[in-house]
Amino acid sequence: MSPEPLLQVAGLVKSFGGFVVLDGLNFHVMPGEILGLVGPNGSGKTTCINVITGLYKPQAGSITYRGREVGGLPSHRLVHLGINRTFQVPKPFLPLTVRQNVEVAVAYGRPDGGAVDIDALLASVGLDGHGGKPAAALNSIQQKMLDLARALATGPRLLCVDELAAGLNPGELDSVAQRLRELARGGMGLLVVEHLMGFIDQVTDRVIVLNAGREIFEGVLAEAVRDRQVVDVFLGTDHDD
Amino acid sequence: MRSALVTVAAVVAAAALLPLVYANQLLLFNFVVFLTLAQGVNIIYGFTGYLPFGYVGFFGAGAYGFSLAVMHLHLAPLPALACAAAAAVLLGLLLTPLLRLSGAYFAIANLAASQAMFQIISNPNLTDITKGPYGISLSGVFSPNLSYGVAVAILAATLGVMVFLRHSRFGLALQAIREDPVTAGMAGIDVVRGRTLAWLLSAVAAGSIGGVFAWYVSVFYPETVFSPEFSIFAIVFALFGGIATITGPILGVVILYGIYNGIGISAPQYFQLIYGVLIMVLVLFLPNGIVSLFKRWGIDVP
Repeated sequence: MSPEPLLQVAGLVKSFGGFVVLDGLNFHVMPGEILGLVGPNGSGKTTCINVITGLYKPQAGSITYRGREVGGLPSHRLVHLGINRTFQVPKPFLPLTVRQNVEVAVAYGRPDGGAVDIDALLASVGLDGHGGKPAAALNSIQQKMLDLARALATGPRLLCVDELAAGLNPGELDSVAQRLRELARGGMGLLVVEHLMGFIDQVTDRVIVLNAGREIFEGVLAEAVRDRQVVDVFLGTDHDD
Repeated sequence: MRSALVTVAAVVAAAALLPLVYANQLLLFNFVVFLTLAQGVNIIYGFTGYLPFGYVGFFGAGAYGFSLAVMHLHLAPLPALACAAAAAVLLGLLLTPLLRLSGAYFAIANLAASQAMFQIISNPNLTDITKGPYGISLSGVFSPNLSYGVAVAILAATLGVMVFLRHSRFGLALQAIREDPVTAGMAGIDVVRGRTLAWLLSAVAAGSIGGVFAWYVSVFYPETVFSPEFSIFAIVFALFGGIATITGPILGVVILYGIYNGIGISAPQYFQLIYGVLIMVLVLFLPNGIVSLFKRWGIDVP
């Protein structure tokens, strides 16, 4: 018998005006698994994360998290249930110190109020020694890492990672990939949206390929690149085999 | 925390003791009113980013809440003050949908709401209830010394709320909401609840001091307590001194309202010139208020 999925998305629909962004999307994430969400620009990857994390309400379909329907709950409730995310363009609380940015997430994001070693958390994303600075003094990569620390501070079981790797140098990419794998080994489920295929290959166990708001492929990345439909979507139909 | 409490204690002591040595109690009372209003603006603008151009609506609601309780329910002044605060909270709850707007849209809608309050209360058809445009007279409860003392107590409580916001997790959460509501939600903060609480806290401050204002002056017209000047002065004082700090709005009131009373009445033309130049210089060179100057010099102000 296979264990329960951490997150089960079924028939998810979301449109903006007449433009259907998610068109009956289905997938699941297991605990301890890293699922990659790939697809061309505008295929609905970020919208999918936005619906799962409560920024938008789904128009149809269900989002089941740990056996419970969570579609349409406000963000802070989802955070308390153990869902969190990082943002493609992080917006930390700029005048607050780096430490306060994490402190407020610990104070409000953990219903149990459990103690978190903030210094160790900052060190784990490479921000040791920056705690006293205002977040405005961080560069954009450091702000991404602070955003990750903010998400981790709430003790998530499901973490959605939206283009964390963009703009990182190879050394940073490796350490972030390692960090994500560690989190998954600890039992966390991760949903990773990324354009860098090397990074996807390095961190994910399985990928879903999205096109126009539907999944067109599910499996490992190595097979995806041999899939006719996936190749068509990424390269166009007029190509030689 | 310590320097904040010392500042608060000094201001409250000065407000309480100055009438013993300075005869113009009305002027001191107006200082206490603006010190409270500027801190009320500070709560909602400094900590959540909503600019309340119709802040006077809460002040007027408090003044009328107090007056109606005295006139119709024949309450003593202190219980009537609870009605003043309750009236402001009711108005605040009624206006919570405005918090869905942001920036200038919120400011304009809030201004319109306060003017609507004024029109409703001064409507001649409501003369039996509100005395309409003919104004309120509460000579039966007139008691300048006691009402002055209560005003100082309300100022002390408002400053206490500011100290709490500056040093509590709740204040941190409000600042997070001000910076980015989406990220604040993903930090587990209930954004709607947080900003509603801040909104109602600032309403209670303005409503209570509005109630004491009605008590202190005892005779007033609706245009007195719904004058947009209250909103504008309170906002300018808070911004001039520096928002999201305790000292900033205090300095703003003492300096600007001091200048206003020093020369604004004897030589209004010079007053307007000096006021205009001061505000322009400040906006251009010190957009974060006077206290940012101290921070630049490395002096930490609460």
